[in-house]
Amino acid sequence: MSPAAEPGDTPVAPSAPVETDRDPGLQPERTRLAWRRTTLSCAVTALLAMRHALRSDRGVVLGAVVLCLEALGFLGILGTAHLRIGRLSTSRPPVLSARAALTLAGCTTALALLGLVLVS
Amino acid sequence: MPGWSRSGGSGRGYCVRVSEFDGLRGARDSVRLWFEPGRVHQEGTTPDYRFSLANERTFLAWIRTALALIAGGFAVDQFLTDHLTHWVRVVLSVALLVGGVACTLRAVNHWVRCERAMRRGASLPVSRFPAALALLIGVVAVAMVAAVLFGWAG
Repeated sequence: MSPAAEPGDTPVAPSAPVETDRDPGLQPERTRLAWRRTTLSCAVTALLAMRHALRSDRGVVLGAVVLCLEALGFLGILGTAHLRIGRLSTSRPPVLSARAALTLAGCTTALALLGLVLVS
Repeated sequence: MPGWSRSGGSGRGYCVRVSEFDGLRGARDSVRLWFEPGRVHQEGTTPDYRFSLANERTFLAWIRTALALIAGGFAVDQFLTDHLTHWVRVVLSVALLVGGVACTLRAVNHWVRCERAMRRGASLPVSRFPAALALLIGVVAVAMVAAVLFGWAG
């Protein structure tokens, strides 16, 4: 029962909460930003890795092959992140696929192993 | 919260058993899961999607830790050429790179096991890995301090 409005009162519309499917904790957005941070870290690591390959004294061929593989690894991580970010744009995103997780981990491991080849 | 109520009563006992099985059986199960990823989604009930997203962010944080270790390995090998003798540099660099690989593998393993535990309503897996990683980083840091103090210049 709402009390009768007195004369002179300006009626204030109650701010009804807007029904959306959005998570109030913004979990999909936070996850998307976590992927972005990961690609940024990966860019720094890949740059250091490629500089390492360019300056190695193990021969031009080995250096070039390692450089190309490192670039591929970086692209693999970027591609995985891009696909996952695309799927995160819905309000109830699906679970991360094991294939994406394995690709990300595989590319990271590849960067480290390629570095081990050239450490001297 | 569906799927979480079961870990209340016998949670303690379950934790102990999980940590004992941390060894071979868990590893074998996990490696099988890596290559048959669909199996994770066949058992149990799907947890709230927000729990899965939190698990995914934890996984990404471990991957970033691994990337930072790997970048450190590359940096030591490239930029400390005037400050460290050859073998100190190689050992530090290899230790950081191998630590990065271990961190990566652990990230995937932990992600799969957490996802499975959430589907089964079991308690989350415990692990000694953070302590081991802390030890590795501590040893590397002490080595760097020693190198600076005692001047192992190349």
